[in-house]
Amino acid sequence: MRHTLVARVQDQPGVLNRVASLFRRRAFNIESLTVGGSESPDFSRMTIVVDTARVPARIVEESLRKLIPVAEVSDVTHLPTVERDLALIRVRCAAGQRSELNELAQIFRGRIVDVATDSVVVEVTGDLEKVDGLLDLLRPRGILEMVRTGKVAMLRGVATADADADREATAKQGA
Amino acid sequence: MKLTGAQMLWECLVREGVSTVFGYPGGAILPAYDAMLEYPIRHVLSRHEQGAAHMADGYARASGKVGVAVATSGPGATNLTTGIATAMLDSSPTVFITGQVPSALLGTDAFQEVDVTGITLPITKHNALVTDVRQLARTLREAFLIARSGRPGPVLVDVCKDVQQATADFEWPETVELPGLHEPRAPRTADLARAAELLSRAERPLILAGHGVVKSGAAELLRVLAEKTDTPVALTLLGLGAFPASHPLCLGMMGMHGHAPANHAIQRADLLLAFGMRFDDRVTGNLKTYAAAAKKVHVEIDPSEVAKNVPVDVAIVADLRAALAGLLPVTAQQQHPGWRTEIEGWRQETQARDILQQPDAGRLLAPHVIHDLWRATGGEAVVVTDVGQHQMWEAQYYRHERPRTLITSGGLGTMGFALPAAIGAKLARPEAEVWVVAGDGGFQMTQCELATVQQEKLPLKIAVINNGYLGMVRQWQELFYQKRYAATPLLSPDFAILAGAYDIAGTRVSKREQVAGALAEARRVQGPALIEFQVEAEEKVYPMVPAGADLHAMIRRPTEAAVEVRA
Repeated sequence: MRHTLVARVQDQPGVLNRVASLFRRRAFNIESLTVGGSESPDFSRMTIVVDTARVPARIVEESLRKLIPVAEVSDVTHLPTVERDLALIRVRCAAGQRSELNELAQIFRGRIVDVATDSVVVEVTGDLEKVDGLLDLLRPRGILEMVRTGKVAMLRGVATADADADREATAKQGA
Repeated sequence: MKLTGAQMLWECLVREGVSTVFGYPGGAILPAYDAMLEYPIRHVLSRHEQGAAHMADGYARASGKVGVAVATSGPGATNLTTGIATAMLDSSPTVFITGQVPSALLGTDAFQEVDVTGITLPITKHNALVTDVRQLARTLREAFLIARSGRPGPVLVDVCKDVQQATADFEWPETVELPGLHEPRAPRTADLARAAELLSRAERPLILAGHGVVKSGAAELLRVLAEKTDTPVALTLLGLGAFPASHPLCLGMMGMHGHAPANHAIQRADLLLAFGMRFDDRVTGNLKTYAAAAKKVHVEIDPSEVAKNVPVDVAIVADLRAALAGLLPVTAQQQHPGWRTEIEGWRQETQARDILQQPDAGRLLAPHVIHDLWRATGGEAVVVTDVGQHQMWEAQYYRHERPRTLITSGGLGTMGFALPAAIGAKLARPEAEVWVVAGDGGFQMTQCELATVQQEKLPLKIAVINNGYLGMVRQWQELFYQKRYAATPLLSPDFAILAGAYDIAGTRVSKREQVAGALAEARRVQGPALIEFQVEAEEKVYPMVPAGADLHAMIRRPTEAAVEVRA
């Protein structure tokens, strides 16, 4: 199965290399890895989605924790989280199909961010399933190019969970 | 206080308690070597950087203190890597300092530039490149802290030449905080209680004691616990010495070339108490059939080792000494007479097969040499072994009574380890009698360090066990490759004459009755001495669990071997 680990790491040269080297050396299978700024200038935050068919998530988590620049690791797989993946998708699109495509994108809270004579670029943000859902619908039209950020995840606060979950549910129904 | 980076380096080392370093100078580390002369540091010049790395490792293993090796950039640093990996696999607290090209030249393929932090990333606990003199003291302080803490290991600090030459205010941080350095957790009372409960209900309990017992200084607590609960103890290779070999509860080494009673006991036990060991493949054999009847309690400082290879019923992630101190008061006094009797049966059966019991027809066998060395030294010497057959025979026939009396490369299995590691060990414990036991193959890998022995005036004693083959590989070829001896017959120099070239007393022994006398003479001489033992060429290490086979499926010494010799 897939596990999602969130790590707070010191913002130093080579941190990403250390994490990648660990995963390569231990043959842990990365599905996606994102890294970027955090609330503190001294730390970055990584969201790592790992395939745990071969190695238990706990071993991955404990191995990550052994890296000196890794301050904290949590396995958020079974915890309530907000998860987001951003995709840019260049789809074949004749001039006459643009409004139809625009409507489709909007159902997924996506939008067209670039238009060319025979293609458009759709931007969509959401959890993995939502992005996958839009991709499934766009595929028959011809996906010319696609880039995804990979998942970023954050634990939900206790009191604010509902509003966002409701929105998610609405979006899924729309899909 | 204004200091150059080079001065800071030594100032930091002295403040960390370092008095001896091993190394080899070169261009990118020259400023540091120049500044060294102003500090109370004994520098031991190796003949190859690999030797310096093993020396630092041997120093650390013999003393428990951090061992330090220094090398220059490029080839100096790459030559260290075998020694760094050796220290990594055996969790040896070591700090490696390498010179690097000036920071302005980084990444330009400058003369003797190599990406040392990149190369050593997977074989160090941590490493760092210093490009700013203001970061140097803190980085070194952190390096020592990391090397020593938790599960120890090697840390490498790569210092650009311009950093060594630059001047700055010296600020030595009393304490450093590393958000990612997690101090060992305290053992949880509930886990200790569960372990104690399993132990109280067990009929056939067995303690597996590893390197962690030695490293955490828990040997005495282990003995008390074993005696109180009447629980036999089997040892890993690196655990030898953690429990006295002469103790009635001691079963000796486990695993691929383990003592047969130890392996039988593991497979028969209903409870394993694994203390500071990591269920390495050389210890377990086939994991599917390993200790199938046993509940398992694993006490281990490194959480990533728990349930990595073997599922466990109780995991206690803690420093072993703290865990045993917590476990002792909650365990009850026990007796296991039935279990002890069963083990005694295996012991007697094994004793009968022992090579020392068999007629030797005048042949000199390596186990004879080890046995006589054990007798001559009363089991009190520090023995530093290389890798191969002699290493296993040493583990089987030298009966270690105390921690840190066996120093050997277990995890990485590094040939060439013994001589340089012994140099480090002797410098760490000058009062101890230190013996090198090496094969003809491994010894030749680092025999250049004989010059270091002589230059440093170290009264090391060296036993080269010469069987004319890369013996362990030959044994595998004999057993698993139809005796096709590809590249294992080995020509060697006359080691006694070689020793003589370094002005080291050398002698050669080929008969059993000469062994005791030669050992006595080597021990008598003031300085270093080397004995070449020309032993039986095609002897095999028994028992042997073939790689991946069931632990109980040991290939045993054929009893007809005795008949063969008589005929």
